[in-house]
Amino acid sequence: MSASTSRTARAWRSLRADRAAVAGLAVVSGVVALGALTFLDATFFDRGLIAAVYYDPTSPAFAPLQAPSPAHPFGTDTLGRDVLARVLYGAKVSVQVAVTAVVVAAVVGSLIGVLAGHSGGAVETVAMRAVDVLLGFPALVLAIGVVAALGFSLNNVVIALGIVYIPQFARIARSSALAESQEAYVDAARVQGYSRTHIVLREVLPNSLSPLLVQASLLMAFAIIAEASLSFLGLGVQPPTPSWGGMVSTGADYLTTAPWISLFPGLMIFVTVLAFNLLGDGLRDALDPRESPERRF
Amino acid sequence: MNYARYVAVRVLQTLPVLLGVSLVVFVIVRAAPGDPVVNQLGIEATDANIARLREQYGLNDPIYVQYLRWLENVVQGNMGRSITRGGRPVTELIASRLPATLFLAVASMLVAVVIAVPAGVVSAVRKGTTEDRAVTFSALAGVSVPNFWLGLVLILLFARWAQVLPPGNYVDPLVDPVEGLRHVILPAVTVGTAFAALIARQTRSSMLDNLSEDFVRTARAKGLPSRTVIVRHALKQSLLPVVTVAGLQFGYLLSATVVVEQVFAWPGMGRLIYRSVFQQDYPTVQGAVLVVAALFVLVNLVVDLTYSYLDPRVSAS
Repeated sequence: MSASTSRTARAWRSLRADRAAVAGLAVVSGVVALGALTFLDATFFDRGLIAAVYYDPTSPAFAPLQAPSPAHPFGTDTLGRDVLARVLYGAKVSVQVAVTAVVVAAVVGSLIGVLAGHSGGAVETVAMRAVDVLLGFPALVLAIGVVAALGFSLNNVVIALGIVYIPQFARIARSSALAESQEAYVDAARVQGYSRTHIVLREVLPNSLSPLLVQASLLMAFAIIAEASLSFLGLGVQPPTPSWGGMVSTGADYLTTAPWISLFPGLMIFVTVLAFNLLGDGLRDALDPRESPERRF
Repeated sequence: MNYARYVAVRVLQTLPVLLGVSLVVFVIVRAAPGDPVVNQLGIEATDANIARLREQYGLNDPIYVQYLRWLENVVQGNMGRSITRGGRPVTELIASRLPATLFLAVASMLVAVVIAVPAGVVSAVRKGTTEDRAVTFSALAGVSVPNFWLGLVLILLFARWAQVLPPGNYVDPLVDPVEGLRHVILPAVTVGTAFAALIARQTRSSMLDNLSEDFVRTARAKGLPSRTVIVRHALKQSLLPVVTVAGLQFGYLLSATVVVEQVFAWPGMGRLIYRSVFQQDYPTVQGAVLVVAALFVLVNLVVDLTYSYLDPRVSAS
């Protein structure tokens, strides 16, 4: 207990000393809080909180294609909706998809990997060959294929990205599990008569967590871009639900006359993904001191 | 293990992956909503017509029979016919679209290497300076920027406002090389940006490894000019892992082109897949995804074999 607490404390100290990672953490926290707030607003208040600044077809204040002004800092879109309000609301879709997809992939992938690494034999061969097959596709092409098969919706984007990212976790979990299985504490647990499930879930998995956590944070960045790409192509969340990728796509037809419709949501994707990458790099340095930070960015 | 044996083993390992890929593609398309026969018949979709066509296409056979028959046809180069594009053979559609995608992918790779290798070298040689931090941050920004948005920003800046470059639109470089190159610049920069970031990272880290090696110290001690030491000795040694990373990230390029082709109206594989998904043209989706995935697997194989040929320690282990 005390050993693991001190390890967490040390990692946290190291993360706090990394200014870029702290900036990343701040932005990520902000976007996640925004996502949570808009989720609450949509679920419990029927968009009451955002509706006041969002859209009112009867008011001249919501005329279409208005340039940024104090009343509408990011301008209005083709229907007269406030772009800032929609950008803030778009955080919900991005955060929801990225977090769920990565958590699904992490849980499924880690279990497959740990089981494969710990069991060996036929289980390992079958599991890892299946992982190789999934890695045989360019990520976005596989995601498009899965979404095409299941239909265009938010949930199906989550499933598609979840499937696409399973191999990353499975591979890391397997190699960690292989390394951990050689450790004395696993032998000790075996000698004490614990079941294989107990050993895998309670002994091997917790000790393989650091690399999985780092991977999760970095994949979150990829998942946000992937979700935005699918929404941009019209394969993800369907209008009128605001999503950053979908908003960039709508604005693409008005690039010369009303560039703000595309520019602001795109900028939001950029800043959020950058923050996740900074945080992921910081976490890697903090949790895995063996890898010297000067060897890479 | 000698090299010939290593090649044989790696090629044999690739076959089950390709088979698995084909199975996944087949299953995905079968799981798709809508009945292809009803789609194809349109208003002539009477019960009798549907039953006749199902029988004709062998859709009443067990699913594994259908898979094996499809696979047999694919191996012979027959991927069926498009449902929407006047019944053109899928193979023909792919053959007409693949060159545009490959041209874009190669151009993007060139753009990326030309920017990233010098940037990575400067960053490693001047480690800890402002230049290093600028390259480091630019690389991180490069992997973080959504490519479809970057494409739109570049179109806005260079095609609409400055009007110095065309906003994409493929021109066959074999027909008109100058215009072909002018039209590929913006899409290639768009796809190449994130790729450049990955290559710059790899160049920097392998340069850092080599700069602290004995052979570099020896070269410096001999009094060789700094430029010679960096380029002839350290960089030469550093390029192997860089080339490997570039090759292994080919899949990233293919993923990126799917989206970017849409932004620049580029008539390649990405646009073919995207359009076919919307039109529920499943034979085309099936064929195009299979070809892209197979291409990806084979490029990885070639990169791996080249790498192990150049660095025998890999195949020995």
